[in-house]
Amino acid sequence: MISALVSVIFQIIIILALSPLLSGIIKKTKAFFQIRKGPSIFQPYYDVAKLLRKDSVISQNVSWIFHAAPIISFAAVMTAGLLIPIFITRLPLGFAGDLIAVVYLFALARFFTALASLDAGSSFGGMGGSREMFVAAMVEPALMLSIFAVALNVGSTNLSYISQTVSGLGIDALSPYQILAFVALFIIAIAETGRIPVDNPSTHLELTMIHEAMILEYSGKQLAIVELGAMVKQLLVFSLLANIFFPWGIASREAGIVTIVLALVVYIIKIFMIGIAMAVVETSTAKWRLFRLPDLLSISLMFSFLALVSFIIVKGG
Amino acid sequence: MLSYLFLGVIAAYLIGSVSALILNKKDRSCTYASFLSASIASILGIVFSFSVLSGKNFEFTAASDLPLTYGLFVDKLSAFFILVISITAFAVSIYSIGYVREYYGKKNIGYLGFLYNIFILSMILVVSANNVVMFLIVWELMSIISYLLVLFEHENKEARKAGFIYIVMTHIGTGFIILSLMILAGSSGSFNFNTFNAAAAALSPGLKDAVFIFALIGFGTKAGIVPLHIWLPYAHPAAPSNVSALMSGVMIKTAIFMLIRVFYDFLGADVAWWGMLVLILASVSALLGVLYALMEHDMKRLLAYHSVENIGIILIGVGVSMIFMASGHPTLAAFGLIAGLYHTINHAVFKSLLFMGAGSLVYATHTKNIEDYGGLIKKMPWTALFFLIGSISICALPPFNGFVSEWLIFQAQLSSIYLSDNITKMLILFSGAGLALTSALAAACFVKAFGVSFLALPRSEHARHSKEAPVPMLIGMGILSLMCIVLGVLPFYFIRIFDSISSPLVGVSVSSMINSDLSMATISAFPATISTAAIAVLVFVVIPLPVIMYLLLKRTPEPKYETWGCGQPISTGRNEYTATAFSKPFRMWFAGLFRPRREIQTTYSDSSFFKGGVRFESQIEPIFEKYLYDPIIWVVVNVSRFMRIIQTGYLQTYLLYILITLVISLIYVGSGG
Repeated sequence: MISALVSVIFQIIIILALSPLLSGIIKKTKAFFQIRKGPSIFQPYYDVAKLLRKDSVISQNVSWIFHAAPIISFAAVMTAGLLIPIFITRLPLGFAGDLIAVVYLFALARFFTALASLDAGSSFGGMGGSREMFVAAMVEPALMLSIFAVALNVGSTNLSYISQTVSGLGIDALSPYQILAFVALFIIAIAETGRIPVDNPSTHLELTMIHEAMILEYSGKQLAIVELGAMVKQLLVFSLLANIFFPWGIASREAGIVTIVLALVVYIIKIFMIGIAMAVVETSTAKWRLFRLPDLLSISLMFSFLALVSFIIVKGG
Repeated sequence: MLSYLFLGVIAAYLIGSVSALILNKKDRSCTYASFLSASIASILGIVFSFSVLSGKNFEFTAASDLPLTYGLFVDKLSAFFILVISITAFAVSIYSIGYVREYYGKKNIGYLGFLYNIFILSMILVVSANNVVMFLIVWELMSIISYLLVLFEHENKEARKAGFIYIVMTHIGTGFIILSLMILAGSSGSFNFNTFNAAAAALSPGLKDAVFIFALIGFGTKAGIVPLHIWLPYAHPAAPSNVSALMSGVMIKTAIFMLIRVFYDFLGADVAWWGMLVLILASVSALLGVLYALMEHDMKRLLAYHSVENIGIILIGVGVSMIFMASGHPTLAAFGLIAGLYHTINHAVFKSLLFMGAGSLVYATHTKNIEDYGGLIKKMPWTALFFLIGSISICALPPFNGFVSEWLIFQAQLSSIYLSDNITKMLILFSGAGLALTSALAAACFVKAFGVSFLALPRSEHARHSKEAPVPMLIGMGILSLMCIVLGVLPFYFIRIFDSISSPLVGVSVSSMINSDLSMATISAFPATISTAAIAVLVFVVIPLPVIMYLLLKRTPEPKYETWGCGQPISTGRNEYTATAFSKPFRMWFAGLFRPRREIQTTYSDSSFFKGGVRFESQIEPIFEKYLYDPIIWVVVNVSRFMRIIQTGYLQTYLLYILITLVISLIYVGSGG
């Protein structure tokens, strides 16, 4: 019981501590490719800390939804964080949900953020909310097919089970269907974390933004919670990629302290690698027009489709 | 004991209807008499169904010398549907006490109360009839009463059109139902349902297929499967909102009941392509239902299209289960069926809740157009909360009830790995992708429906002057909101009940495979668990608590200010994003399906430099009506024109026809035909 509580709290702390750093590293990498100096990798921490101390200016049109949405969204994302194995497959709360539940918890967070976007009565919020739900709907079928491909391959939708099994397979886990599913999920991760070419996290042009438009009316402490929630979600999406497809090095349930520390280091390296890869993608592509996005996500759908079909053909069931 | 209870249910509904007629001059007492007895009757119905679910089946046959007897047969499946009807009817009846005030002095409440009670009673009899004749009589009673309810506001031209489409479609459906049941009755030589299983076994495969297809078309019409759904978005919104709640929430479920009855009980669900056909139709219904809902801006029509979607989701569960059944995996079939049954009660609960919410909006604003709502959360906080709970549930977001049933369906679809046929396997898995898309689109639709209606500023005078619905309406919605939560966080309790329903149908019980946290670890090698209760506690208590505490402890001034509108003050609802704008990306994405047409006309005042006004019109093309039904109607009308030659309008001619018919019949019989 005590050890379960300790590991839950430890997981929360690791997630909260790492997610701003990941954002900082992505920003720094982008700055490097754009031949800029860029802000320090610790800048997101300073931003959140500053916002947490500031006053909030609240629109006079809003209702309780506007106040509740950041908290519920943050809580939904953090709950998802407790269902995803980060660097150790021991998850005391892992019984509460599987991969599908994680996807739907992200959807719950998105639902409330989108509602809040409509609450202030400005057109920008509505635009953001509408586009966010649009992108989410395009992502969903490909996401579910890749989840199916992974789950069928491993034999479960339970995340620690997936990590443990794939990790145990060693290099054999790099099957064609697994790789195809990874490509599909990588494209989905771009959309889910709101990165170029789907969305531009650093844009301040109202007409092109998606996520930023939704949270335009937030300021001060609430903005801090929203921003932190977005960073945590980003970390979790990358963790899903890392621990579903290359979980090697993840500590098993009964691992000793040395293995755990080693697993943590390996995990941090993996996450940062994905972050840097994401930054490379971001700097090497331009943002796509909203109505070209179905093309991109169709590519992802095709990959997940191929993953599933090749799995069925190879394994035969 | 059980028979007295059932008698009590019938008596209470009859008392409700008769007293409504007697008191029809006094609006207030008539309201209380009819709707209170309906709620008492539904409590009795709940008690009755629970006692059947936990005990023995209930059977009653009237002694008669005639070959046509009437009788009742309530097994666990029927009892479950009586439970669904009764729970919904209970909440809706209480809601109605407040809602019908809308009609005081304008409409005859006695007439409404009478029809309302008989309508619920007819649904209960539909699911408990034990023979074809009795079933067809009560089925027809249900259809006609609901037709009269659709026509309740007959001064509206729309309601009359809706009623017409409904009555035509429902009778086409009944025609197919009669065909299907008569094939079975012809084989068994009896009208009794309990002989049909043996009768179906004796049928040739071709006739069995015919029974299946006719039942699918007949009951599918009532359920609203695409492309037989076209009556549903007309008829459900036209009825008074309390009746819409019952029609969308439970009436279409009686068709699901009969589909399960015919497929499993009568036919044994042992043909593989049946399940595949059901699955394909169900996936198409789910997807098209939600897509049309997204384009809809009439609140009640939007909800009606979501019924098409959810019937699809229920039938995805049933279809997957039928495929497993036919391929000899009864355990997996049980999971599919349990998922379908779970979604049945979930949909009944949240759809009735949402229709009641829509009714409150109509009550407060006198319009069904969501573009005219806005900012209602401040005027109607309770309605908003209940509508939000319904929205989260229908979007299948955890930890509410819709999530549990969709999760179960996903797990059943994953179990297709145990099938040997690759094509079937892929079909099931792709239906999973379709389901995922459906639920994401549903989420978009309800962000639109809730956000545009309840949030930000009022968009019309009506919305500005609205006020909260009366207390009975809130209680009705509150009961079902509570049910959404209970069904969401205590799935293991309900799954046991559904298992006891499905086990006689598929032949195996899976209760030993379900843990209390809803894990199904022992289903072959497929361990997966969810615990919605834990998710609920984490999302709504454990994690928000420290965040809220931080916000309260470090409280700083929160100055209120105008919303940023590029320098222009936002003081009215005119700057808000509309529902049409919100759904625009989806309209563009599915332009091939919707074929949107838009028209923009700018008028100029004084000179061409000053715009006087802009008229914007956006329409989508109803492809099913245009390309499927219009040609059929064209053929029917032309054939009728030809048939008119024999319809002279003279009585003598008709007498001659009768005589000729009689003579021919006598000759036929006389010649030993």
